[in-house]
Amino acid sequence: MHIKNYTHRHSGKVAQFEVRFTRYLDNKGNVVNTPLPSWANKSDVLIPLYKNMIQTRKFDQAALNLQRTGRLGTYASPLGQEAIGAAVASSMWAEDVLVPSYREFGAQMWRGVTMTELLLYWGGDERGSDYQVPREDFPVSIPVASHCCHATGVAYAFKLRKQKRVAVCCLGDGATSKGDFYESLNAAAAWHVPAVFIISNNQWAISIPLNKQTSAQTLAQKAIAAGVVNEQVDGNDLIALRAVTERAIDEARFGEGPRLIEALTYRLGDHTTADDASRYRSQAEVEEQRSNDPILRLRSYLLNAGLLTEADESELNQECERNAAAAVEQYLATPPQTARSMFDYLYAHLPDSLRRQRDALAGQQCDG
Amino acid sequence: MAEITLVEAVNQALTWEMSHNENVLVLGEDVGVDGGVFRATVGLLEKFGDERVLDSPLSETLISGASVGMATQGLIPIAEIQFMGFAYSTIDQILNHAARMRNRTRGRLSCPMVLRAPFGGGIRAPEHHSESTEALFAHIPGLRVVIPSSPIRAYGLLLAAIRDPDPVVFLEPKRIYRLAKQEVPNNGDALPLDVCFVLRPGNDISVVTWGAMTHEVMAAAERLADQDVSVEVIDVATIKPLDMKTILESVEKTGRCVIVHEAALSGGWGAEVAAQVAEHGLLDLLAPVRRVTGYDTVMPLYRLEDEYMPSTDRIVNVINEVLEFA
Repeated sequence: MHIKNYTHRHSGKVAQFEVRFTRYLDNKGNVVNTPLPSWANKSDVLIPLYKNMIQTRKFDQAALNLQRTGRLGTYASPLGQEAIGAAVASSMWAEDVLVPSYREFGAQMWRGVTMTELLLYWGGDERGSDYQVPREDFPVSIPVASHCCHATGVAYAFKLRKQKRVAVCCLGDGATSKGDFYESLNAAAAWHVPAVFIISNNQWAISIPLNKQTSAQTLAQKAIAAGVVNEQVDGNDLIALRAVTERAIDEARFGEGPRLIEALTYRLGDHTTADDASRYRSQAEVEEQRSNDPILRLRSYLLNAGLLTEADESELNQECERNAAAAVEQYLATPPQTARSMFDYLYAHLPDSLRRQRDALAGQQCDG
Repeated sequence: MAEITLVEAVNQALTWEMSHNENVLVLGEDVGVDGGVFRATVGLLEKFGDERVLDSPLSETLISGASVGMATQGLIPIAEIQFMGFAYSTIDQILNHAARMRNRTRGRLSCPMVLRAPFGGGIRAPEHHSESTEALFAHIPGLRVVIPSSPIRAYGLLLAAIRDPDPVVFLEPKRIYRLAKQEVPNNGDALPLDVCFVLRPGNDISVVTWGAMTHEVMAAAERLADQDVSVEVIDVATIKPLDMKTILESVEKTGRCVIVHEAALSGGWGAEVAAQVAEHGLLDLLAPVRRVTGYDTVMPLYRLEDEYMPSTDRIVNVINEVLEFA
């Protein structure tokens, strides 16, 4: 019998829920919750994460500079959200699969996507999604929430093949208003697959603030309707994020079913370089959020805990700047693809009917 | 060898391929215990278990999107959408993801998946169950759209679709699911994709069609044969990509061309065939290309569906008009 029998039930409460919130560091980087995770005093764990956040920000500055000088297309800045990528990717195994939206550069870089590849993609070159290292990771999904379904499917493949792997999907607050999001969670739970969904709730979906997006108290609770275990975390607190994502991904990996995490953060930049956020939100709001910068919070913690010195920090900053500059140079030096490349990967074998179009394009190029 | 119907041929092809390739799985609404609303997947659950014959939530976007995820992992998902009228939410996944994954990753990831859906009118079905909107899918680059017209072709083309390394939308004309039976050797032999099949050779006029309409066209050809008119009938089968070579060779021989499909006229796939005949075969033509199709109206509820769909009479009349031209 698979159906739920209600015929003998009395009136009254039949279900109840709560959503847990986790934070370890306050806005100044002071510890407000103990005990801290066991790795919170280990520089070999935290410094690479801090470096990833710095690298993401240096990359962002380089990309914005390229865009403003006409050498990069429309680009979506992750400014202010750097802790999430570092925490999520460092909680994954190499053989897991990341299914990212379009603002997850930190996570992608941690997993081996190069800054040159990222620049190529935003610079209008498909080769930027031919990641040389995380070969099975998805390219970024521009259509919002449609990629949630992919994570459920990838996770189903892991389950079918009895692999201890996890599909991790990163999405934004706007995505939680779409049916794809709910359909993906619902099936992930019904099929009990190892998928973890991470919402970067940065409060704004272009110009739509959260209170116009939903009347729900939290976005995490949207998972409850699908039967997915969920929680909320301070998305600018690296320590809390890492604790929560590591546990959720491990649980999914070892057969406990899908998980959802809502990470509360703030988009300090415009939606993309094609956007002007001053049209819909005040500068005062943005300034207030700057004091909640995840890099500053972790920095204070690391300095206070004696895990980082100002000299280390200056070295880290310089190294990350050099890395970004080298990627920019490599990106700018990459010759463009041939025009015929638009035919080369359309099908495994180009159908005869398309050969004529390809040859016409080639002929046109010869004619100049 | 027993004769089987088109829907039984679909089942036979699924069973064959699932038996020979453990990466193949079937998912969709009611495909498991129920065996599919048209019984296309009957018996698969018992043979292959509920992990490879996956009853999904009622969730077409998810069915298509999860298939994309599975396919990138090297599985070959065969997703069933219960009726084409419910397939429109899958277009996001098919167009934005499945059909462009290989291209957008420069070959790193691909989507070898099949999306099956019954389509077309003629079975007195409820609203939204009878449309023929194959052109919506055929417009999508990177995709294949395949439509069988008989049990033999359903078996061979479905095997080919499953084995194809790129995504295939496989549209099954449900009006002929059980219309005719054929002997279909269950030998695992696929038919080629991307080519038309000449169902009946002829010299006076080329009639290009696909799916269930092949039956009306063949009946029209039979009737015209009594008047000593020799009709060449071409079953396009893979409408995307389109094998114009076979069609143009036929038009070169006959000089006359009629296209027959159940879908609405404007922007139907017949428009693409006609445009290409005009571009590449104009000087072979002895008469204008004509189309016999559904109307540019909403598909009527079933009391009027026979009025909407091209009948043998309409096809014969238009063929006669084209033959009488100049």
